[in-house]
Amino acid sequence: MTQEIPTKLVINCETGEREIIPLTEEEIAEREAMAAQALADQAAREAEETAKAEAKASGIAKLQALGLTEAEATALLN
Amino acid sequence: MQVIQHQELASSQAAITFSSIPTTFTDLVLVCSLRSDSGNADIGIKFNNSTASFSNRYLFGNGSSPASGTVYGNYVGEAARSTYTASTFGNFAVYIPNYRSSTAKSYSSDAVSENNATTAIQAITAGLWNVTDAITQIDLYQLNGSNLVQYSSATLYGVLKGSDGVTTVS
Repeated sequence: MTQEIPTKLVINCETGEREIIPLTEEEIAEREAMAAQALADQAAREAEETAKAEAKASGIAKLQALGLTEAEATALLN
Repeated sequence: MQVIQHQELASSQAAITFSSIPTTFTDLVLVCSLRSDSGNADIGIKFNNSTASFSNRYLFGNGSSPASGTVYGNYVGEAARSTYTASTFGNFAVYIPNYRSSTAKSYSSDAVSENNATTAIQAITAGLWNVTDAITQIDLYQLNGSNLVQYSSATLYGVLKGSDGVTTVS
């Protein structure tokens, strides 16, 4: 099965001519690299958010162990 | 301010390109209404088919996690994500002063992604393209490599100094 080649719309501002043209191999490679980078960035952001949430939960638990209420511990960490 | 070209997409496309931009104006304004076919809708801009020599700073809000900094050198605005309210389109405007100058080109943009829900994105960006060539081509595309859907639109305006009828141009 052949994969459909993505296209772009090119508008010639001098002539007003519109043309839908397939992306070049270079543009497709760039697009695939961008997609991979976007996935990696998203995974990194999610990992960072998870780590922050886990650190906060751990901090609250430790403060509670010292006798603070959950509300007091949460207020200290916000 | 005059319309140079306007286009609404009749079908999904990877990018919208304005080529052979006339040299008769002083500044350019690009106004876009875009929707993505993916859950990520960051839009990038290319000048003269290049993504090199861009840098930027942005302020960003989404209703819960405001942020500032720099992201993707050529980030310029937001489309509506495919997960956002059906048939809504994010919109942004980009101002590009002195696009024919022989110095580095600055640009600024103001963007919002429409969504009838808690999360919607607002972003303002100041960017620099550190190239001395005149801008003759502008590309808009999704930075995660997905597509702009049908009915997305983009309008390129030209601004001529003194065209307000009030400003005196020497």
